[in-house]
Amino acid sequence: MTSHDHHEMTVSSFVSTYVFSRDHKIIGLQFLFSTLLWFLVGGLLALGIRWQLAYPWTDMPVIGSMLFSGEGGQISPEFYTVLFTMHATVMIFFVIIPVLAGAFGNYLIPLMIGADDMAFPTLNMLSYWFMWPAFICVGGSFFVPGHGAASGWTSYPPLSDVTAASPGSGTAQTLWLLGVTFVGISSMMGSVNYMTTIIQMRAPGMTMFRMPLTIWSMFITAILQAFALPVLTAAGFMQLADRTIGTGFFLPEGNVINNSVAAAGGGQPLLWQHLFWFYSHPAVYIMILPAMGMVSDILACFARKPVFGYKPMVYSISAIAGLGFIVWGHHMFVSGMNPVLGMTFMVSTMMIALPSAVKVFNWLGTVWGGKIQFTTPMLFALSFVSMFIIGGLSGIFMAATPVDIFIHDTYFIVAHFHYVLFAGTAMAVWGAIYFWYPKMFGRMMNETLGKIHFFLTFIFLNGTFFTMHILGTVGFPRRLADPYHYETFRHLLPMNQFMTWCAVAMVATQVIFAWNFIYSIFFGKAVGRNPWHCNTLEWMAPSPPGHGNFDFQPIVYRGPYEYGSPETDQDYYPQTQPPPSSA
Amino acid sequence: MGRFWSIMFLLVPILGVGVFVCAFMDETWPFVNMWFPEDISDHGYIIDNLFNTIMYLTGLIFIVTGLMLFWFMWKYDATKNSEPVKFTHGSHTLEVVWSIIPAATLLFIAIYQMNAWADAKIIRPTEMGPNGQEVVKPPLVEVVGRQFEWRIRYAGEDRIIGTQDDVFTVNELHLPVGEEAVIAIKSDDVLHSFFLPNARVKQDLVPGMKQFVWFRPMKTGQFDLVCAELCGWGHYKMKGRLTVQSRSDFDAWMKASAASQSLASFTPSDEDE
Repeated sequence: MTSHDHHEMTVSSFVSTYVFSRDHKIIGLQFLFSTLLWFLVGGLLALGIRWQLAYPWTDMPVIGSMLFSGEGGQISPEFYTVLFTMHATVMIFFVIIPVLAGAFGNYLIPLMIGADDMAFPTLNMLSYWFMWPAFICVGGSFFVPGHGAASGWTSYPPLSDVTAASPGSGTAQTLWLLGVTFVGISSMMGSVNYMTTIIQMRAPGMTMFRMPLTIWSMFITAILQAFALPVLTAAGFMQLADRTIGTGFFLPEGNVINNSVAAAGGGQPLLWQHLFWFYSHPAVYIMILPAMGMVSDILACFARKPVFGYKPMVYSISAIAGLGFIVWGHHMFVSGMNPVLGMTFMVSTMMIALPSAVKVFNWLGTVWGGKIQFTTPMLFALSFVSMFIIGGLSGIFMAATPVDIFIHDTYFIVAHFHYVLFAGTAMAVWGAIYFWYPKMFGRMMNETLGKIHFFLTFIFLNGTFFTMHILGTVGFPRRLADPYHYETFRHLLPMNQFMTWCAVAMVATQVIFAWNFIYSIFFGKAVGRNPWHCNTLEWMAPSPPGHGNFDFQPIVYRGPYEYGSPETDQDYYPQTQPPPSSA
Repeated sequence: MGRFWSIMFLLVPILGVGVFVCAFMDETWPFVNMWFPEDISDHGYIIDNLFNTIMYLTGLIFIVTGLMLFWFMWKYDATKNSEPVKFTHGSHTLEVVWSIIPAATLLFIAIYQMNAWADAKIIRPTEMGPNGQEVVKPPLVEVVGRQFEWRIRYAGEDRIIGTQDDVFTVNELHLPVGEEAVIAIKSDDVLHSFFLPNARVKQDLVPGMKQFVWFRPMKTGQFDLVCAELCGWGHYKMKGRLTVQSRSDFDAWMKASAASQSLASFTPSDEDE
């Protein structure tokens, strides 16, 4: 993959080049491959959930007897709680956060700012290898009693705090907490590295306001992560202490669960929710801001036009990050938190919709008046805009406290965050993979297969997730193994079956992507440095870039989005191209 | 292909609105009863209307932005558009306009919601006290969640919970129609959530905290009491039933329940020996 292996490859040089590599590009690809594999695991877990919701208590065809021989091929209610807990855990901690910051952050930051590597290459290597204890802990939790953590990805105590509370609250929950802590360590190592690199290692001429929006969003995300993560880590250790050494941070006095009396008391279950969401709400933006940045770059490149309102885009990313710290309470409107506080959080939550709206308008402004090339990455980027509008607007419903009384913990919420995180971020990630693939591997992915992949994913994701809004309007609750137990929801079964088959088709569609991805590494059309005719620095380096990235010293003369500039004859104007006067 | 993709994106607002309209129109096949469950409370319509207000506002933005995206894709397709690219870095005026209008709208939505929230969660119902002053209305019933059932305790004639004349039931919540019901909610073990879909009432039960919910049921019948916060493997079966009945039926039910649990009527069965 790298172009400097002229000498004979020994085992130790292979290990230092591809395994314990300190090259940001290899680390980025390691993150990418790991997260794509976990994406498959998370998707299959989701199908388990969908099967139960469409055909409750029926044998799962083909694989049911292998997986659940004890239950005669059915999903047990215990395992159903494991399924949705682990689906969310895998997707959030092993897919979305590491694919954005770990894979694309690592790969793109030095290249796009014209640096030869990260500021701290060894720390960077560690940030990847600290994911492995997390993979082992969370993956291993399936094989200990309880067969997986089962108190939701939010891990609310006392359910998660007391071993007697649920089969999944034993060793599995301890492993889950350790796993999440390791992800946090990995993210923290990445964050300080990204911040330092972006502040210190920009090429000559690369001022802050000449950085691509991808880099701006990675920068702000790194800051968010660095400030929010310690709170989650602390909370995680508090819960570990409650579980292992008998403290009572989250346990009230005299709590009796399943006939087991808690050793200590005097704590408060709501404290966990505050600490957890103080990290996890900013984390929601950690999971979308880099996607927004990458989409902005892709839109400008294929509209052949500057990003509309570059500075307002930067300001709105910053505003989202700032406001992101004072909206966590909107997860807790009906939790028992003081309802007066709920009003404050409603206002701040409403206001955070504003910078998101500004971004949408600017994306529309970017596409307006361009010359749109409908490539696969462009289609994914356009669909990000279209889908993010849905996810953003549905957020206003739950920001409104009285409406949230009804839709809280229903499928309306599930619809909302899947539109933001799947139809938004995951679609942007696919777009980014198609877009930067030629840089990563020196070859193109097949465009026809890419468009078929896009088309089918787009159709089936809407079939799966749009209908969830309607379920939520009926009040259909989340996390129920059998919602049809209730008269109110019995008539929703056919709609759930439709959604399940859309979800199955959506996962099956990814075979096309996997084939295209793997096949093209070896047999894709070979390309030069700048196949899409872009302006930003990574396209000036060889494809794939060798160790040290650039074979010349990049000097930056202008902003990243000068497409269609009248100063030059071609329709793009690379950041490194000297202006005509000095030529 | 630009035409094909534009039309596919045009389908997003069309089908999106279509699905909501079908669900909204009660009688339209195949979406029968795909909207809010029947409202039996006197305040539920306020929440439903707030939902609808937001739906109309956001729906408008959804349609307008969706159509704009479609139109730009259609018009500025590189293979069809011969005009030069509009080389612009943005517009200060537009940024100001599209910041201020949404900001005002969002602030309006937030302020518009506040009274409904205060009525539902902050201002507890009052009644006339013995001395003619207004006092906070005491709870009629206490509902305690535990894995995986609802333990329900009525105050009895002295209107005080925790005394000899309390009436106990499990999973059976009865309320008299037309009277403001104050319900004390607690949890014995883990988090639960007291969710009455038909009354638009939801409140998490937190161990160690005593909270209150209140509403006025306006319609007799039987409705679901749902646990809406994950409480363990049996979360799905933590099902209660709300029975709203006339005052006289309610009193008769209370009397019968009290009688059935009094010591005098207790007859041990053979199995209990």
